[in-house]
Amino acid sequence: MQVLLDNLDLFVLGFTNTVVIFAISAVFSLILGCVVGILRISPSTPMRAVGTVYVNTLRNTPLALLMMFFALGYPKMGLPSLDYTTLAIIALVLYTASYVAEVFRSGINSINRGQTEAARAIGLTFTQVLRVVLIPQAFRNVMPPLVSVFIALLKNTTVASGFSVMQAGAIAANMSERGENLLVTLLWVALFFFILVMVLAAVQRAFERKWAV
Amino acid sequence: MAYATQELFDVLGPKGRRKSNIAGFITIAVVVAILGFIVFQLYRSGQFDAKKWQLFSFPLVQEEILRTTISTLSVFAVGAALSLVLGVVLLLGRISSVKWISVLSAWLTEAFRAVPLLVLMMLLYYGLPVLGATFVTPFFAVAVGLMIYNGAVFAEIFRAGLNSLPKGQSEAGYAVGLRRSQVLRVILAPQAIRNMLPTIISQLVVALKDTALGFMVTYPELLYLAKFYGTQMQYGSPIIPSAIVMGSIYVLLCLLLSWIAVRVERWSSGGTKPSAKAKKKVAVLQYD
Repeated sequence: MQVLLDNLDLFVLGFTNTVVIFAISAVFSLILGCVVGILRISPSTPMRAVGTVYVNTLRNTPLALLMMFFALGYPKMGLPSLDYTTLAIIALVLYTASYVAEVFRSGINSINRGQTEAARAIGLTFTQVLRVVLIPQAFRNVMPPLVSVFIALLKNTTVASGFSVMQAGAIAANMSERGENLLVTLLWVALFFFILVMVLAAVQRAFERKWAV
Repeated sequence: MAYATQELFDVLGPKGRRKSNIAGFITIAVVVAILGFIVFQLYRSGQFDAKKWQLFSFPLVQEEILRTTISTLSVFAVGAALSLVLGVVLLLGRISSVKWISVLSAWLTEAFRAVPLLVLMMLLYYGLPVLGATFVTPFFAVAVGLMIYNGAVFAEIFRAGLNSLPKGQSEAGYAVGLRRSQVLRVILAPQAIRNMLPTIISQLVVALKDTALGFMVTYPELLYLAKFYGTQMQYGSPIIPSAIVMGSIYVLLCLLLSWIAVRVERWSSGGTKPSAKAKKKVAVLQYD
């Protein structure tokens, strides 16, 4: 307890940054994930191909590698300079979007094909089928796995500690400079993550209850 | 699932084809523009200079890369094997008829899954020595970290696999006089494993990707090497070339494992197909 109270500033700063990075990445990966998800089910073959290649590549790339590329590689490319936090968020967004896209796609695919057939039979176009019939129904199938993706995103923010971003994962490194007990520090960090994840899991259960079929 | 999207639209007519062609053309143009811009920037900032790539033409460096690939794979293999064992242990605890064992296993599973893997690894590598543990090597931290995290995920996958089987299966087993352990071993496990195999392999891909976190506890895996070579001043700090080299090795290894997962999925659904509901139940866990 003493370790926590003596260094409350560090813990508060770390977890605030984690939550901020998480929130920004969540919003943008939702947007990018939507775009990629729509690409993956589009009637146009090149669009589908681009979506598939994106998802397969990103899902098979370690996040740490992606972050290394952005944090260490990007500044050498002669482009406008960005700070490490922004670069880490870009890597997180690109990575998480591939998972979000897959959640959307499987949500759409999980709808009974009779629904699509009926919608097309009455003459709706592709975009109308999606907008009027599929997305409203897919929404409730999509929410629980989407929260799972966001839980993973929350934990993935710690990967940024390897690339000079101050957040919860980097608390330990700072504490070691202050000569504090690392075991206790890391146990506190783990406990706070446990609590944050439990909150998200509670949200997930609430969604599941609310929209249970 | 690949054909499922075909149901969303009719075979396109002349007007639709034109629209679709235009959309396709625009997509290709945008992608080519983005990729072209990245390559141009890389070229302009001199990332393709021979000097930056010279390092990777040395036999010694190539040997080192090979050795590191092997050490990445070995920590993955040990971690994966241990995590499957832990998964079974946690599952057996979870379904135990002794109340406290079941509750304890449930809590352990939740806790292991909720803590970021990197924090687990740091806990093992920087935390344990505080207690006087001298046996903690980077290899130990990465392997045990992978074991704890993936073990908990596997426990959940296994449980979902068991729950997805129709209840009649175990009831029939009990009816012919099998004991609980026999029902599990003879009736449930063989069917569940078949349903779960694709999910298990995709989780193994996640574990393989996660070995990349090893460089933060100084385990010499591919990213560690990428960072090391990337900071060699006399070769112009080739961080981008070395990230490209090490990254492609990682991505290829993961793609290989994913490809096996797809093959296995096709093979395992060759006979009686697992019900869509069973698949969905198991698949929800995949995103961890």
